[in-house]
Amino acid sequence: MKITVDEDKCCGAGSCVLAAPEVFDQRDEDGVVVLLEAEPAQHLRAAVREAADVCPAAAIALSEA
Amino acid sequence: MSTPARVLVAGASAAGLATAEALRRKGYTGALTLLGDEEHVPYDRPPLSKQVLAGAWQPERSHLRTREVLDALDAEFLLGDAAASLDVANRTVHTESGRALAADAIVLATGVRPRTLPGQEGLTGVHVLRSLDDALALRAELLAARRLLVVGDGVLGAEIAATARGLGVEVVLAGPQAAPLAAQLGPLASGLLAELHNENGVKLRLGAGVDGLTTDAANSGRVTGARLCTGEVLEADLVVVALGAIPCTDWLEDSGLVLGNGVVCDSRCRAADGIYAAGDVARWHHEHLGSLLRLENRTNATEQALAVAANLLGADQPYTPIPYFWTDQFDAKLQIHGVLTADAEVSVVEGDPAARRFVARYARHGKAVGVLGWNMPKQARLHRRQHLGGSR
Repeated sequence: MKITVDEDKCCGAGSCVLAAPEVFDQRDEDGVVVLLEAEPAQHLRAAVREAADVCPAAAIALSEA
Repeated sequence: MSTPARVLVAGASAAGLATAEALRRKGYTGALTLLGDEEHVPYDRPPLSKQVLAGAWQPERSHLRTREVLDALDAEFLLGDAAASLDVANRTVHTESGRALAADAIVLATGVRPRTLPGQEGLTGVHVLRSLDDALALRAELLAARRLLVVGDGVLGAEIAATARGLGVEVVLAGPQAAPLAAQLGPLASGLLAELHNENGVKLRLGAGVDGLTTDAANSGRVTGARLCTGEVLEADLVVVALGAIPCTDWLEDSGLVLGNGVVCDSRCRAADGIYAAGDVARWHHEHLGSLLRLENRTNATEQALAVAANLLGADQPYTPIPYFWTDQFDAKLQIHGVLTADAEVSVVEGDPAARRFVARYARHGKAVGVLGWNMPKQARLHRRQHLGGSR
């Protein structure tokens, strides 16, 4: 699994951090998503899928490469 | 209830799509159909009053998922056909085009439609903003407009005013409140919003509701402005009406479901056996607040859809979210967690309102009820956890 984030779309809700705190964080200054792990380990993938689905700005894209 | 073999979602916007995605993520392998009244694939609404209206985004950029991701969902999308009636006993939705769609479980996610002013229909130069097509139609006229009148001082009206001002149009914002979003944010934050709009050249004509629209003497059918309840007339060559929205439940009137400012549901978001509601249209019993609640915000569309998907698969969990919405106006990004009220006790817990970067805690009778972040999204989320608790 490979994660890409679209910073322009990010609204700073932080839903991704709540769903998968090992993989996502937010910038202190403007709340924009920070990707900690672009290729997350197996055990984190369900949480990452949830993070992508709950993102209110559809800013997280996943590919199963 | 056992796992349904066939799920039908009426509504193919944020809540409908999120229901379908959550069902698949939780392992549901049965048949899945999404019915949408628009021809568009599911798209996001928050950018419509900002990036799409401003022209910064092409319309496709507001699509919630790529075609590949939608295909991978293995769901049938029936677009451009609206739900027309519901047979609860037979769990069948009849559509405008004459389809009869039967399912073991049905999710009602038909959203809301904009409230309008009397006499608005049939006038040119008057817009609402709910759909992608609405946004594009308003943008087309905005580019040629000299003066825009925004009727409505809530989130949508204030965002449209800010975006239009950014395009160089003269903007008047009218509404009954003392400041934009005053009822939602209270005097401190709404006062700062009023300052922000003023500084950026939006003319605020607040404190008086709009009575009706005006047209020219020649009766050309084109709007010329609006009349306030004080009798004052505001002139404009383009008007957008942003007076809130009405749940799309007309099609359910003969269904036997309980309707009342939305589809009335129990704490599981269930309107009847095998029938659930999600998103803007759902009014459900919030067990922690002890009352019925209907939320019109983007995050609720997703979170409620997740709860509905879980309950469809047998979870039997109450839906008890901490409400959350955000708004972007000029350079201000506001994050609002919890239920703020205008009369709450407000204390700044981080940053400084004078620097326009702060977090405020809202309390009633000493108990925290909400957190507002102004250009501090991450910090607002951390304070939410500290002050409002919740599982997240």
